[in-house]
Amino acid sequence: MQNNFDDIIDKLDKGELWDFPGGVFPAERKTLSNQTPIAKLPIPERLYVTVKQHIGVEGHLIVEVGQKVLKGQALTKSMNPFAVPVHASTSGEITAIHKHVSAHPSGLPELTVQITSDQDDKWTQLSPMVDYQNQPKTKVLAAICDAGISGMGGAGFPTHIKSSPKKDVDFLIINGIECEPYITSDDRLMREHSWQIRQGIDVLCHLLKPKHVLIGIENNKPEAIEAMQVACRENPNYRVCTIPTKYPAGGEKQLIQVLTNREVPAQGLPVDVGVIMHNVGTCFAIADAIFAGKPLISRVVTVTGEAVEKPSNVWALIGSPIAHLLTHCEYKQTLQKQSNIIMGGPMMGFNVSSDLVPVVKTTNCILAPTDNEMASNNEQACIRCSACADACPASLLPQQLFWHAKAKELDKAQDYNLFDCIECGACAYVCPSEIPLVHYYRIAKAEIRVEQEDKQKSDKARDRFEKREARLIAEQQARDEKHRLAAEARKQAMASNGNNSKDKIAAALARAKAKKQALSEVDDKAIEATELAPANTSEQTAKAEVAEPATKVASSNQRVQAAIARAKAKKAAAEVTDINTELKDKDDASNLKDEQLKQPQQHIDVKKQPNKVSMSTKTVVTDSIPKAVETPPTEKPTITDSKQAKIAAAVAKAKAKREAQKAANSQVAAEPVSAAKVDNIKTVSADELVKTEEQQIDMKKRRIAAAVAKAKAKKAAEKADKSS
Amino acid sequence: MSLTFAILTALLAIGLLALIFGLVLGFAAVKFKVESDPLVEQIDQILPQTQCGQCGYPGCKPYAQAIADGDEINKCPPGGDATIKKLADLMGVEAKSLDAAHGQEDIKKVAYIREDECIGCTKCIQACPVDAILGAAKQMHTVIVDECTGCDLCVDPCPVDCIDMIPLANNASSWRWNIDSIPIKQIG
Amino acid sequence: MKFRLASSPHQHIRRDTGQVMRLVILAMIPGVLLQTWFFGWGTVIQIGLAIITAVVTEAAILELRKRDFERALKDYSAVLTAMLLAVSIPPFAPWWVIVIGTFFAIGIVKQLYGGLGFNVFNPAMAAYVMLLVSFPVQMTQWIPPVNLAQYSHNFMDALNAVFTGFSVEGFSLAQLKTGIDGVTMATPLDTVKTGLAQGFTYSETIERPIFDSVISGLGVASSWISLGYLLGGLYLLKQKVINWHIPLSMIAGLFICSLIMSLVDSDLYPSSLFHLFNGSIIIGAFFIATDPVSASTTNKGRIIFGAAIGVWVYLIREWGGYPDAVAFAVLIMNMAVPLIDYYTRPRTYGHSSSKRKSKDKAQS
Repeated sequence: MQNNFDDIIDKLDKGELWDFPGGVFPAERKTLSNQTPIAKLPIPERLYVTVKQHIGVEGHLIVEVGQKVLKGQALTKSMNPFAVPVHASTSGEITAIHKHVSAHPSGLPELTVQITSDQDDKWTQLSPMVDYQNQPKTKVLAAICDAGISGMGGAGFPTHIKSSPKKDVDFLIINGIECEPYITSDDRLMREHSWQIRQGIDVLCHLLKPKHVLIGIENNKPEAIEAMQVACRENPNYRVCTIPTKYPAGGEKQLIQVLTNREVPAQGLPVDVGVIMHNVGTCFAIADAIFAGKPLISRVVTVTGEAVEKPSNVWALIGSPIAHLLTHCEYKQTLQKQSNIIMGGPMMGFNVSSDLVPVVKTTNCILAPTDNEMASNNEQACIRCSACADACPASLLPQQLFWHAKAKELDKAQDYNLFDCIECGACAYVCPSEIPLVHYYRIAKAEIRVEQEDKQKSDKARDRFEKREARLIAEQQARDEKHRLAAEARKQAMASNGNNSKDKIAAALARAKAKKQALSEVDDKAIEATELAPANTSEQTAKAEVAEPATKVASSNQRVQAAIARAKAKKAAAEVTDINTELKDKDDASNLKDEQLKQPQQHIDVKKQPNKVSMSTKTVVTDSIPKAVETPPTEKPTITDSKQAKIAAAVAKAKAKREAQKAANSQVAAEPVSAAKVDNIKTVSADELVKTEEQQIDMKKRRIAAAVAKAKAKKAAEKADKSS
Repeated sequence: MSLTFAILTALLAIGLLALIFGLVLGFAAVKFKVESDPLVEQIDQILPQTQCGQCGYPGCKPYAQAIADGDEINKCPPGGDATIKKLADLMGVEAKSLDAAHGQEDIKKVAYIREDECIGCTKCIQACPVDAILGAAKQMHTVIVDECTGCDLCVDPCPVDCIDMIPLANNASSWRWNIDSIPIKQIG
Repeated sequence: MKFRLASSPHQHIRRDTGQVMRLVILAMIPGVLLQTWFFGWGTVIQIGLAIITAVVTEAAILELRKRDFERALKDYSAVLTAMLLAVSIPPFAPWWVIVIGTFFAIGIVKQLYGGLGFNVFNPAMAAYVMLLVSFPVQMTQWIPPVNLAQYSHNFMDALNAVFTGFSVEGFSLAQLKTGIDGVTMATPLDTVKTGLAQGFTYSETIERPIFDSVISGLGVASSWISLGYLLGGLYLLKQKVINWHIPLSMIAGLFICSLIMSLVDSDLYPSSLFHLFNGSIIIGAFFIATDPVSASTTNKGRIIFGAAIGVWVYLIREWGGYPDAVAFAVLIMNMAVPLIDYYTRPRTYGHSSSKRKSKDKAQS
């Protein structure tokens, strides 16, 4: 429902205006400070220029500690459309760049350039742009940006962005309402510098090309109205509108409603309804920047309140600590029970937590009230009188917002359009129960913002997490695929290499198979052996076999045959014992788990003894025909087997020998005595060899056993875990 | 006779009413059916997505699945009581206090790598569930602060213990108007 | 030095809850004075009893709830509730009636719901209805206006009557109730209702000689008292303690209903003016229905709330069992307040309409 441009002009021609709902009429108290001209202040000893003084991003620091700066020299550089530079307010030396208490309700320290004044106040080179009408708009905008100008009315939105809208502008509204009680800085500025404000409006008109310019001033400032009317007389397109005094008529949305009956859509900008609004202070600063080339380094600040002896308006350098201003206006702390200094007006200003808080570009007032002037907080239960709803200029239901904000029902508060609250304070002002409503809304808003940020962050984290998971899976798949392909390629390559290799593979496979089979057979045997008395069976077989050659030691032929047979038998026996020992090892390991390795070894020894007895006879023959043992290697399935056999044989031999010696020494048996005697000399040299071999084997076995035991233990542990 | 008739009418009337209401309900059920996300998705939306695994599951989604399958809702220390309350609302169960076995609710932190001590082992990179650590083998690593969820998972794998968890600094934009906690500077 | 830290706004209007309540109490004085003038000291005694009970009850319950009762008592809301209830009941009702009623109003209706600001129902009216239902005899023993009464009485008589049921001279309540002509008095509304029930037309009823004095005497008294409260109500409007929405819409609701019906059949349905200035319409419209805690809070909602009360009053008066109905009507609409508030949210600045906004939200 946008009002037609011509209708609006018609109505304004008739001297009529619209109204906004709600509003309150707090005591104005403006005469305290608007009676005297704006005073000049001595240069403070130290200035604290906060790097970020506007909505947006902070500029990039281009100075360093110890550097000498001149008045008006840029301290930061704009690297981003939303960054506005700050400038040295006076000449001097940069003594520190650190965190300093900020001009923010939180008082949280922010990056600040501390300048120690040299009291010379020497300007840097200025470059005015008097012929701005012949310059391209972008150049003018750049000049405004470089001068560090951001909205001086309240929020501090970068002016160069506001001055380059993408839409047509019907009205340029200049806000000289100053509806907050006590504050008179715009009032004095309009009275004393109306011409320069008009020059600033001219620049804005050049940039914005509005159809009409409306200058809104409340009717409690007749002198300012007159001054502006005189200044704007030449241009029929500039119209000074007298607005009835009602708080918060100076709110951007409210003033637009009063002058044009248009409503800025929720979450929209004034330009959406063809309106751009600038503060008179901003216009003044623009004129300064364009016609004098001066950046924004000072502004008018009202220092007022009953705790100040000489309330007045002063030109304050940006970065002056408020203590400097207060001293000049003779602030009497004794008039307050507790220091109470408000930056801004009594309706929307905030308490400062230190008197070293610097003046920033949006500081329009320093208020030091006595205890009687301001309300003490004495919150009582809401009686649902809805005086707040009657006072709300945005037609909200402050009481419902309050319930939901207090109960932390943030979604419901949002449903009641919490974010359309302009925090003007009218509701809390009228509340008979003195509930600090705006405070509740601020907390709720902050929490919603934090929650939204968290949500965004968690969404991003989820996204990243899921992407990462997907990537890991994809990588794994890619790896598997690569392996598979490589394997296939190998297969193919082998296939193409011809029968030769194929045969080889086949042979190898066959060998492996055979070996497996043999092993499994042996295994089977071994199992059998362990099940029945293993030592006995092996002993019997060995004996049976060995007995044969012992009786038939006739021809060499026969001997060779016998040797082969013996070797076979021995091998079988050895294998059996080997497997036996191994199995026994395993069994023991699994049973005894972490017992020493010696124990199974002992078992083996015990087990082997019967074997040894039988072999003791055998050794005689074996020694006499070493060739025979070596001749049938083809029959051995694998080299390792033969090795095993050898080892086993060696072990057996050694043992048998010892046994034989023992036997020979202790018991004089009729038959083997001679053999043993013959053997005796031969084995002396072999004895040592066998011994070392035995040790090695023992070591290896131990290691194997240990590994097996470990594996078994682990498996058992796992099983135990699983079952538990 | 008249009694039978009365009973019959009563039965008929009630039957008819039942039929009509049944039809109305059935119609309403079809017409006003509320489409909602699967439960797991909804739970996952609530969880803080730090992917820290303090709940005992390898990430927030698996824990969401577990909650949907009936696991306790109080195993998420990063989410804290706020998350438990939301989960309780969603699941229609009583909100309970955080299970201390899974850790305590803590202020928000981000990982910080002391870069001169970093040996470039990439172990933390592999541990990070949200790929918030940047670096290459034998090269110094660094944490992307904006992406870090403060899950703590990178701290243990670091062989040289060069990763700290540092609390997120307060700034004006995240300030929650807790006026009483403003530090007051003493001015001499 | 330590700096004071508070959230804006720092300035505050100089009117707190206590002041609002005191203004309302002040505005009741003309009506109370007139009521005393017409019905004697009984009203004042009832008010005194009610205030004492209310304050004691409030303090005791706040103590039990471990709240700061000193501050709560300073807001005068209990006193106001007590006064509203006291002027609603017959001046010579036994003392325990008002004590029970006030205890119920403060202890049950107000504090059990969470104290000031949380009660769903108007405490005075809820207590009135409770008394009316529980003690119908005591609650309908209206005495004739002083100038019509057979036996005049002074302050001590009234005091005695309230506490013992007899005046100092030993007249019983029944005797005190008797008018000059020996007819037991009732309110005109009662009279008309009875007359209509007996088959007389409205005009016949008010012209019947036996009721002549009732109508003229009591009617005059009732109208004067209503005018007294009207004066107070206008003062509250001027002081912006109450908004015009509820009183005007409530009176309009009753007025229009009664006008239509009396145009249809003036024999059966009394005139609009008769309705407005008899019974407790004026005090109801300006003092009871405007109780902020239990009334609607949006402007549109207030108009609906008030108008609905007016309509309910008329419906109950004409077709209900009770001659007057402000209390019932107010309680009925108290129940509807959350619904009314929900559906009458004002359009927020910059939003095309609150309904579309909520729809948008639901979709997003």
